[in-house]
Amino acid sequence: MTVMTRFAIRRGLRLLLSLWVVVTAAFGMIHLIPGDPVRAALGPTAPAQLVEARREALGLNDPLWQQYWHYMENLFKGEFGTSTLSGLPVAQVIGDRLPATGELAVAAFTVAILVSVPLGLSMAVLTRGGRRRPAELAFTSSTALLAALPEFLVAVGLVYLFAVTLGWAPVAGRTDAGSYVLPVLALALGPAAVLARIVRVETLAVLQADYIRTARAKRLPHRLIYLRHALPNALTATITLGGLLLGGLVAGTVLVENVFAWPGLGSTIVSSILAKDYPVVQGIVLVYGVGVLLVNLVVDTALAVLDPRSTIRES
Amino acid sequence: MARVFRSPVGMGAAALLSIVLLLAIFAPLLWGERADAIDTEQILRGVSAQHWAGTDSLGRDIFFRVLVAGRLSVLLALTATAVGVLIGLILGAAPLLIGTRAGRVVTAGVNVAVAFPGLLLALFFAVVFGVGARGAVLAIGLAVAPGFARLVHTLTSTVAERDYVHAARIAGVGRVRVLLRHVLPNVGEPLVVNATVVAGGALLAFAGLSFLGLGVQAPQYDWGRLLGDGLNRIYLHPMAALAPAIAVVIAGLAFSLFGEAAARAIGIRTPHVAHLAPEEVEPVGPGGDAVLAVERLRVSFGEVSPVRDVSLTIRRGEAVGIVGESGSGKSLTALAIACLIEEPGRVGAARLEFLGHDLRASDCRPPVPPKIQQFARQSTCRGGSEAAFAGQIAGSWDGAGSWDRGHRRLLGLGMAMVFQDPMTSLNPVLRIGRQLAEVAEVHQRLRRVDAAELAVQRLDAVHIPEPRRRARQYPHEFSGGMRQRAMIGMGLMGSPALLIADEPTTALDVTVQAQVLRLLEEVRQASGAALLLISHDITVVRQVCDRVLVMYAGRVVEELPVTALDNARHPYTRALLAAVPDLDTDRGQPLAVIPGRPADPAHLPIGCAFAPRCPLADETCATNDPPLMAGVACWHPKGGGGGE
Repeated sequence: MTVMTRFAIRRGLRLLLSLWVVVTAAFGMIHLIPGDPVRAALGPTAPAQLVEARREALGLNDPLWQQYWHYMENLFKGEFGTSTLSGLPVAQVIGDRLPATGELAVAAFTVAILVSVPLGLSMAVLTRGGRRRPAELAFTSSTALLAALPEFLVAVGLVYLFAVTLGWAPVAGRTDAGSYVLPVLALALGPAAVLARIVRVETLAVLQADYIRTARAKRLPHRLIYLRHALPNALTATITLGGLLLGGLVAGTVLVENVFAWPGLGSTIVSSILAKDYPVVQGIVLVYGVGVLLVNLVVDTALAVLDPRSTIRES
Repeated sequence: MARVFRSPVGMGAAALLSIVLLLAIFAPLLWGERADAIDTEQILRGVSAQHWAGTDSLGRDIFFRVLVAGRLSVLLALTATAVGVLIGLILGAAPLLIGTRAGRVVTAGVNVAVAFPGLLLALFFAVVFGVGARGAVLAIGLAVAPGFARLVHTLTSTVAERDYVHAARIAGVGRVRVLLRHVLPNVGEPLVVNATVVAGGALLAFAGLSFLGLGVQAPQYDWGRLLGDGLNRIYLHPMAALAPAIAVVIAGLAFSLFGEAAARAIGIRTPHVAHLAPEEVEPVGPGGDAVLAVERLRVSFGEVSPVRDVSLTIRRGEAVGIVGESGSGKSLTALAIACLIEEPGRVGAARLEFLGHDLRASDCRPPVPPKIQQFARQSTCRGGSEAAFAGQIAGSWDGAGSWDRGHRRLLGLGMAMVFQDPMTSLNPVLRIGRQLAEVAEVHQRLRRVDAAELAVQRLDAVHIPEPRRRARQYPHEFSGGMRQRAMIGMGLMGSPALLIADEPTTALDVTVQAQVLRLLEEVRQASGAALLLISHDITVVRQVCDRVLVMYAGRVVEELPVTALDNARHPYTRALLAAVPDLDTDRGQPLAVIPGRPADPAHLPIGCAFAPRCPLADETCATNDPPLMAGVACWHPKGGGGGE
């Protein structure tokens, strides 16, 4: 059995365990709500029979372990329950809304990587050994500012600048390709800034390494020294630290969607929380949780493939 | 914490933070009424002289509402931080409080929670605790708790291993008391600093929740609430959304920047990198038949020159050794010859020729943009006169240089390097075969398959068993000795005329050392390459080399054939030899050592650098630096002669 197969098995087991935690948390969420969630959803004026009937329909009167079992069973069948507000199956609500959120997250993820890696690498090369202090200062301070701003404020700033003042992009909604620009930028700018900083610092450290001196002693062209010898080594640490950031990007969609009235999961979960439509909330929380787990899985796999020494393969 | 205020960022952040806190305290007292004053005549107005940020749907002044909202925003953020810090402390210190085994379960739980983004956790808990300010405080508090718990755990687990904590435990001090009295005070500073950063994050997160309508509910208002209300009107009156957004940014930055400045103040300081001060040298003499000809080589870092006026010549097939203690400049000499000194290092030489090619040729020098030249000039002129400096820049260069194809090829194929630490000198993420093959791909334009085949042959040539399988392995799958063989094999990918080995055996076991030295010798015989061997070990040099240069404090103090080592004339060379024990050494006596410490290149004495450690030193030695004459630089060489 190769190292990689063992890694795949171990990582797969861990994914299952985390999935179980997420599912249990989503199930437990409703039971953690103080008081009666059905009463809360229907309002204090609802007749007692209606509340009782709804409780019965949701299975909330069964013993807890039985509810838990039913919940798991239904998930395997792809049934997430029914929206108390619209009466639609939650699976259908999610199916309608997920593509919009998925597009946003994947596009922002791609932009963040495509911007940060070349930017961080070239800044490291240009500013190594204390060269070009002014450029370094401009880079570090501008990325620090972008990194400190939460995405919904970046979104408001972008809307003001590009939609209201310049009129280059629509203020809100998901229509043509142009409507993607601002939401994707709002999501990607912060992570891109942080990642570019990490890439730069890691590359600077790697450029000091003995094996880079070896590569230079081989008189390789600069392109090869930076791209083949430095970059993969800088990326291993970058991916580790950047992984958390990209998980945060999944959560960031919630706020950005609400700024841009984006018809995705984020705007749906907020309106459902406000309407106390708990089955929908439960379903979407599950989707987000799984989304984060998948991002973590991708990150760990990338690490194991990129870095042959990585302890991630072993532990 | 006082150190925070010394940096401009720290001072700025502290000032900003004080303004935010003062506003939070006094704004509701001063402007509370104006912020709540309903004016039905002035509904939903834009920016005007009366209303700097316009008015809302009840005609209330948004500017004053933003100022007044500061108190609730900051208060809620601080409360949420307090909740998060408290829970984080309890969870993070769980192994100390409830024992290691139960603590491990808590730690595992924390690790699972940390993997989820804070905002997602906050949303989850907001559902559980219900919509509203109280629910949002608990939600954000619980969302920041796992991250803080992990920090607490990391910090406390190191302290908990210390002796005084063990002592307190053995003395019967209770667990809570151990935590509060012995552990926390030792990790307090980083925790407080981190809590400040967390408060900044909580402020932003709270604005987010209120913006979504999940936090503060009307008629109360905080910045997030104002932002949410204002966003609907951003087309008509952008200020209604921008004003609260700017307030959130400023307050959030104030907390985060202050925390980070504090973290930097208690953490590591970045060392100041010295600027360049190159040396003037004039090119002299035509190229000879030697493989390598070096005259008056000098390496400088700022005002310090760890290599001074080193001259050496290596003929075809000759093996030359450079010995000296660490810090004598021997490794820098090797790197300078190989043009591998990087900025801020500077190399100067009257002559530096490899196979008749001037390595100082114009294309070896990087093109220096005028701006940088000016920048370098300004920063170095403090040390010397303007005119002297203008002359210096012409004769020296950044040793790493940018190269044209011809020079790269010449050095890439003709000069092979073997470095000291085989553990770190090979790229960990590339297969061994790949690292060898790329030399041939780049410089000989071989196809990928052919280059890979050549790499296998070369690995075979340096006696690596099963070279085909080994070529597909990564460096960490090789032993130290094997890696050093692979490095030598890498040098053989071309047709080296010179092999530079910088302490090639220092990091290896004694038995492996002998094998590697034998391999170097074998390779030299087979390829006819000359060898420059750098070592602190005079016996190694004696074993392998024909001629030896002894370096001290950046200068060559003696140059002689190895056969003449027993009649060495410089007191330093003799001391080095005397420090080597052999079979005749009296084991009853302590080992001979050279008294004192090696000279510090930054503080060299005026006279002979070795004088402070030399038994023969007199007044002349203390005031005049002896020149290298007839192979020795000493005023009192054994066998007379040398200086006057």
